[in-house]
Amino acid sequence: MPSLGSDMEAGTLVEWLVQPGDTVARGDVVAVVETQKGAIEIECFEAGEVLELIAGIGQTLPVGEPLAHIGVPGVGPGAGTEVPAETRPAKATPATVKHETPPQFHASSQGGRASPAARLAAQEAGIDIASVAGTGPGEAVVLADVEGVGQSQARRPPAADGISEMRKAIAAAMTRSKREIPHFYVSHNIETQRISDWLAARNADKPPTKRVLSGAVFVKAAALAARTVPAMNGSYHEDGFHASKQVNVGIAISLRGGGLVAPALSDVDRLSLDEVMAGMRDLVTRARAGRLLASEFTRGTFTVSSLGAGGAEEMTGVIFPPQVALLGIGSPNIRPWVADDRVEPREVTKFVLSADHRACDGRQASKFMLELESRLSKSELL
Amino acid sequence: MTEDEIRAAFLDEINRVAPDIEPDSVSDEEHLQDDLELDSMDILNLVAALHDRLEVSIPETDYSCISTPGKAVSYLIGKMRTT
Repeated sequence: MPSLGSDMEAGTLVEWLVQPGDTVARGDVVAVVETQKGAIEIECFEAGEVLELIAGIGQTLPVGEPLAHIGVPGVGPGAGTEVPAETRPAKATPATVKHETPPQFHASSQGGRASPAARLAAQEAGIDIASVAGTGPGEAVVLADVEGVGQSQARRPPAADGISEMRKAIAAAMTRSKREIPHFYVSHNIETQRISDWLAARNADKPPTKRVLSGAVFVKAAALAARTVPAMNGSYHEDGFHASKQVNVGIAISLRGGGLVAPALSDVDRLSLDEVMAGMRDLVTRARAGRLLASEFTRGTFTVSSLGAGGAEEMTGVIFPPQVALLGIGSPNIRPWVADDRVEPREVTKFVLSADHRACDGRQASKFMLELESRLSKSELL
Repeated sequence: MTEDEIRAAFLDEINRVAPDIEPDSVSDEEHLQDDLELDSMDILNLVAALHDRLEVSIPETDYSCISTPGKAVSYLIGKMRTT
């Protein structure tokens, strides 16, 4: 059971996507786990053959417990590698699995049972399977139960329990951040009129799927600034700050009904603007569907949190540990702006950088902001 | 398409973008961003879906014309007549 953050203690196995005998490569999605942050797809850290599934569907395992054995065919499970290996404690004893659950019925995210066909049908119809009364063995939800649910009563907000679990996860991470990280803040007002005009012209003759939002422009510019000022990009541990060569930007995504997730997009500084936009769209879509990857929760080296157009003007954010900086972006507004000794109405956006004083100082934070301004001043620099 | 069919299609696509919003629970006056809390990425996905489903092109400058279901239905009717 991999850790998806310092605040995570356990996760519940919802689904196996591999079977013993399957060959897996590093990075393959092998299982779905329900956590405080919703359903997360777990990737494999090793390549080889799945020798044994240790964890059972519906089983809650503490972080570090092995889920399965992967190794070389013909060699016993004992010689294989436990996945995921990264976070297992020194004395990892394979959990005892009793196969009480009939294999054809998978536990749903809310703990009930459902057949694979029912899960698929519910997913396709946008029905929360936990809201469906089961008539199968052990009150499991079967296909007929899902089909019997009328469209009008099918769509429901997420369960209140899920929200409170998400709030607990946010509370734990943010409390730790404010307790451990000596935050300091640097703010800068940046004229974003020209870049907005450029974007509007660029989008004008494009179909919706090819349009780029200002949020993607800000994320790309922030990634380039983070690359220029390495003290903002990385993680802080007991032995000090570790700068990251990769710039993986966590994108704070607000979930309707409450809560927030910040999955990270990799190597944003090396992606084109279109690629950044496509990546963000994909992240938001999968965040709404509860289909984010475990690695997306842990690979972030810097976070961007944006209030979006029409929102409040300024936000001072809390750093997401173990990262050392977070950029809060306010809503762009038309404000008086002085240019060439004239006051003109221009679009202005307020940026606030929250930074960890253990890792950097005001001078570096200021440099980051000036680099950000420079990148946003010309579209060619993005 | 009739007005009711367009309204149903619009609400159906909102539900696809935001599965927790029940089509039946949305009134004609509710603002997509202020009341239903769709963000800019959701609006883009909605516009893309309407583009595919109704073959209507909605430029960014017209986003204010679809800010509520009531406004959107009038706008889409006009658009579908002219295309």
